[in-house]
Amino acid sequence: MTRRRIEPLVWLMFSAGGVLAAVFLPILVLLFGLAFPLGWLDPPSHEHLRAVLGHPVTLVVLLGLFVLMLVHSAHRFRYTLYDGLQIKKKRTVAVLCYGTAIVGSLATLAVLSVAA
Amino acid sequence: MTPSGGRTTDLRLYRPRVSTWWWTRKRTYFVFVMRELSSIFIAWFVAYLLLLLYAVGRGEAAYQRFLDWAASPWVVALNVVALAFVLLHTVTWFSLTPQAMAVRMMGRRVPAWQIVAGQYGGLAVVSGFLFWLVTR
Repeated sequence: MTRRRIEPLVWLMFSAGGVLAAVFLPILVLLFGLAFPLGWLDPPSHEHLRAVLGHPVTLVVLLGLFVLMLVHSAHRFRYTLYDGLQIKKKRTVAVLCYGTAIVGSLATLAVLSVAA
Repeated sequence: MTPSGGRTTDLRLYRPRVSTWWWTRKRTYFVFVMRELSSIFIAWFVAYLLLLLYAVGRGEAAYQRFLDWAASPWVVALNVVALAFVLLHTVTWFSLTPQAMAVRMMGRRVPAWQIVAGQYGGLAVVSGFLFWLVTR
C-alpha cells in the first residue's frame, strides 16, 4: 500500500517541477546552452560563477530546482512510455524512470557539494 | 480466480490493439506526444547544468574546457532542439494551468487569461533576474 501513499506526493512533485521547468529553463538553455558557448554574449568569468555558487541560497535553490525537475521528467516520461509507446512492462518502466531521477538527485548533491 | 468447483474460468477481456504509432495520425495527438517528450530534454538540460557546475567546481581550466565542449556542433544542435522542447513545455504548461486549478481572489474566480498572463509575468521576472545575476 506504500505505493498508494507515495503516488499523490509524486504528482505534487511533478507539478512543482513542471512549473519550475517552465519558468527557469528557457532562459537557462538560451544563456548556458547557446549564448555563452557560441559567443553571442561574453560568458561569465569563472570567478563570478564561483561567487554566485558560493552563496547558500543559490545551493538550496539549485538543489530544489534540479530534484523537482528530475522527478517531473521521470514521471512524465513514465506515462509517455505507457500511453505513447504502449509499453506494457509497467513496473520495470517505473523503476527505471524513478531510479534515474534518484541517481540524478544524488549526483546533484555530489556536484553541489564540490562546486560550493 | 478459482471458483469453489475447483475449475478455473478464463476471463477474456476485449482489448483492442493500439499501434505504437497511433499518435502520428492526427496533429493534436502528435503535439500531445511531443509535449510529453519534452521530459527527455528537461532531464538532458539538468544533466548539462550539472556538468557545468562540476566544471566550475573543478577550476577555471575545467570551466573553459566545458565551454569549448558546449560549442561543439552536436552539443549545440542538441541544445537548439532542447530549447524548442522547453519552450513547448512552457507554453503548454502555462495554458493548461487555468484548467487544472481554479484560482479565487476576493470571492471571484480569476479568469483563465489572467492566470496565463500572470505566469508569463513570472517567466519574465525570473528570466530577467537570472540574466542579471549571471551576466552582471
